[in-house]
Amino acid sequence: MRKISTRITNIVGNVVSVVADGIAYEELAVLLTSRGRSLAQVIRLDGDMVYLQAFAGTSGISTGDEVRFLGHPMRVGFSEDMMGRIFNGSGIPRDNGPEITDNLIDIAGPPVNPYKRVIPRNMVRTNIPMIDVFNSLVESQKLPIFSVSGEPYNELLARIALQAEVDVILLGGIGLKYDQFMYFKNTLEDGGALSRSIFFIHTAADPIVEGLMVPDLTLAVAEKFALHGKKVLVLLTDMTNFADSLKEIAITMEQVPSNRGYPGDLYTQLAMRYEKAVDFSEAGSITILAVTTMPGDDVTHPVPDNTGYITEGQFYLKNGRIEPFGSLSRLKQQVNKDTRKDHRAIMDGMIQLYAQYRETEEKRAMGFRMSEWDRKLLKYGGLFETRMMDLSVNVPLEEALDNGWKILGECFKPEETNFRTDLIEEFWPPRDGQ
Amino acid sequence: MDKQIGEIRAINGNMITVGFEGHIRQNEVAYVIEREKRLKAEVIKIQGNMAFLQVFEHTKGLKIGDKVEFSGKMLSVQLAPGLLSQIYDGLQNPLPELAESFGVFLPTGEELDAISLEKQWEFTPSAKEKDTVTAGDILGYVPEGIFRHSIMVPFYLRDEYEVLEIAGHGRYPVTDRIAVLKDKSGDTREVTMMFEWPVKMPIDAYKEKMQARDPLVTRIRVIDTMVPVAKGGTYCIPGPFGAGKTVLQQLTSRHAEVDIVVIAACGERAGEVVETLREFPKITDPRTGKSLMERTIIICNTSSMPVAAREASVYTAATLAEYYRQMGLDVLLLADSTSRWAQAMREISGRLEEIPGEEAYPAYLESRIASFYERSGLVRLNSGETGCLTIGGTVSPAGGNFEEPVTQGTLKVVGAFHGLSRERSEARRFPSIDPLESWSKYRSFIKRDLVDIARGTLFKGEEVRQMMKVVGEEGTSIDDYVTYLKSDFLDSVYLQQNGFDKVDGATSQERQKYVFSRIAEILEANIPFDDKAAARKFFYDLRHRFIDWNYKPWDSDEFKKQEEEINAMLKGAGNNEEDQHQDN
Repeated sequence: MRKISTRITNIVGNVVSVVADGIAYEELAVLLTSRGRSLAQVIRLDGDMVYLQAFAGTSGISTGDEVRFLGHPMRVGFSEDMMGRIFNGSGIPRDNGPEITDNLIDIAGPPVNPYKRVIPRNMVRTNIPMIDVFNSLVESQKLPIFSVSGEPYNELLARIALQAEVDVILLGGIGLKYDQFMYFKNTLEDGGALSRSIFFIHTAADPIVEGLMVPDLTLAVAEKFALHGKKVLVLLTDMTNFADSLKEIAITMEQVPSNRGYPGDLYTQLAMRYEKAVDFSEAGSITILAVTTMPGDDVTHPVPDNTGYITEGQFYLKNGRIEPFGSLSRLKQQVNKDTRKDHRAIMDGMIQLYAQYRETEEKRAMGFRMSEWDRKLLKYGGLFETRMMDLSVNVPLEEALDNGWKILGECFKPEETNFRTDLIEEFWPPRDGQ
Repeated sequence: MDKQIGEIRAINGNMITVGFEGHIRQNEVAYVIEREKRLKAEVIKIQGNMAFLQVFEHTKGLKIGDKVEFSGKMLSVQLAPGLLSQIYDGLQNPLPELAESFGVFLPTGEELDAISLEKQWEFTPSAKEKDTVTAGDILGYVPEGIFRHSIMVPFYLRDEYEVLEIAGHGRYPVTDRIAVLKDKSGDTREVTMMFEWPVKMPIDAYKEKMQARDPLVTRIRVIDTMVPVAKGGTYCIPGPFGAGKTVLQQLTSRHAEVDIVVIAACGERAGEVVETLREFPKITDPRTGKSLMERTIIICNTSSMPVAAREASVYTAATLAEYYRQMGLDVLLLADSTSRWAQAMREISGRLEEIPGEEAYPAYLESRIASFYERSGLVRLNSGETGCLTIGGTVSPAGGNFEEPVTQGTLKVVGAFHGLSRERSEARRFPSIDPLESWSKYRSFIKRDLVDIARGTLFKGEEVRQMMKVVGEEGTSIDDYVTYLKSDFLDSVYLQQNGFDKVDGATSQERQKYVFSRIAEILEANIPFDDKAAARKFFYDLRHRFIDWNYKPWDSDEFKKQEEEINAMLKGAGNNEEDQHQDN
């Protein structure tokens, strides 16, 4: 039974209100306009007034247009045939393939019972020392890349996607520039990974609200694959665009904004998506890597700020490098105890020294005389940046750790560092004639 | 009493407007009937014949005209033996049982008993017939794990009652009648081992509340020494994300010297709770020899679980904690994070279209925070024993800026402030509690004058550090430079602690007293140095040895050997040029 209403009373921003009854909260509707069909979702009910969020925007909608209610919430098809396919923000194919109509699943399903979760235990090796050594990525982790626009964050995402050993790669693009979309497609194709990838792409040219559904569509499909025993990597870029769409709708609905115009439930909205990252004890897993661009490189901006409280750390991409300060993987402690026994010591020790280098570098820039110790730090900082931080470095974890000891050995005497004696005895490189 | 029925008139997110007739009460529980499901909700505002309800579940699929059944009862928890080592959601549904019945995902509209109604408990009566009793008086005991669980007169029976009948020694399920009480007018009341209590009402079935005095040993050095917490006191941990709030809470929940720990994971990551609930059963509590889980209750309403239940979860946790305090136990409630709880209030307030206060938080934010922390305290019970409830809450200030409403509202009411700094965490100085910015109104078990020496050194050291940024090392006098090195030494070897190491992760009171007095000696000592390089070398060597010392078990042979090495080094101080490092 499908309900039809032709009584559109208000059109404000991207929200259309119609008079209808017997409509369920979050039900889907189709707007039949002179421009064609577009989807809308119920976002508020008040008496017989139904508020619909129109995904394709409201431009050109007439008060006489027909609204057809579908009697069910947003759904997405799920099948193995989706591999290699590209869909838009409403779940409709963007390529020329057929629609997926079998096996429809509701999006934004219930949360996983925390009791059924397991402690993450598998490291995802990326061969990027700044990740593997200092902030290891772990299967089922949710981790955003914080950066300003213009940084190579999509390149980093694509590189991790190619190097990580996963069964399915799901890309959710929100407000993605068309050339970036093509970049992902070509890179994954060249790397031979396109056949295990599924794209949900909302480009910058599409109506802004349509992007709101992308994370939910992507994650609903990811969840199904994970339940079928697959290791899934979800890439979401860029979540700041998602938050901005939320802001737009909230303001149209006259909600009281909390911080810089963003709605008070921004934290909850983001958490509902990120918390889909999971390791099912008897099936597969979902790992989420997202991009959060920070307007003005400001980490206290509401979007990166709320994201940071939700996710299990963040990679802070700046000047084309992953910054050791500001980057964090909260789950690294779960895996770096089982790699090599010097892993943790190198991780902390090298960063402490690099922090001192930064201070010295500041002093040097201000023209202070450099002591012998300062010169050692300067040498160390330079080596650290070229042999560890540079994104072109592509070595396995163990080699990166060895490189770490080598750098230390070239710059310092063992007692000048904070390492425990037993580690120094085992790993400190032998002195050659110094 | 007939159940009141209402009808949905509007739906906005998790808030519904319900038309009703007759009488309903503020904060009572109601159920939305959606086909075979019953979604729990709470009345939060009444206006004419319209009630505004927050629904504890997702409202997807609800329709105008759906029926709502009012229960007449306030949101309550079940109190009985069997709460310890449980894992509940914010409304006291046991998560393991939910998982068993409904699988991986959380079901909507399902409620389960918080405790097993079948399990038999070995009851030993302590009250006798004809005794006069009142709320909170003890009727008998059952063993619950390592504790003696008091079976008390339900806290809502506030008059005086005569015990007409009391069950003999034996095994009973919690629903069996164990006593019959008669009030002055002759009416009788049957009492079981289980009763309900509304979560938003503090339990006050005790004689008096006293001042919190004795230090609560957390075995985290910087807390115990510099910014201590008192048993029955309150403290807060504000910090930006990544500063280590949750790790600090986890360490506290492991090492704190209290009887019972209630953990309220409120709107935070699910993964962190999982760590606790998988690890705790495996960790032995050295004080009892049993697993840590036996002294723990976890209330887990993580960020993707319904928002309204998140608001309720801290109250649920506080009520369970108060219940065990009534048995004369020392209870610690750790709430992570109170900001998420405040945000839940903000979401509801926004939907109610209340006039917003600062950053859109409701105007009553501060009073709600205050009344939550006021549930802590050291109390003298009816029996004359004392029990205490200490509350520690983390705060997640937006942008790491402590000037925001939740942090400020919390600072007004707590007894200790453990401010975490991003600068310290980025330099990997953990725990990242800023020793200069943080404060405590409680006293430490370490002597006041020694703490003052440390604080003074840190303060001066920081001044020198700031100065050095401007004038450089060469512009700093050797005395100032030594002060700076001393403060850095104190920070590195004492304030910083490796929470992941078995030995260094938890430092006993005895060891803290001993080691800290040694450090204070060094801070006070006037060691002559020829130049800055010599001073730096001396303190770096000393630091190295102290860090090694931190990893040696207390009072072991290695501990003593390391100390001798340190002594030898200190003796040689002053002519330190000859002091060569022996490692290589």
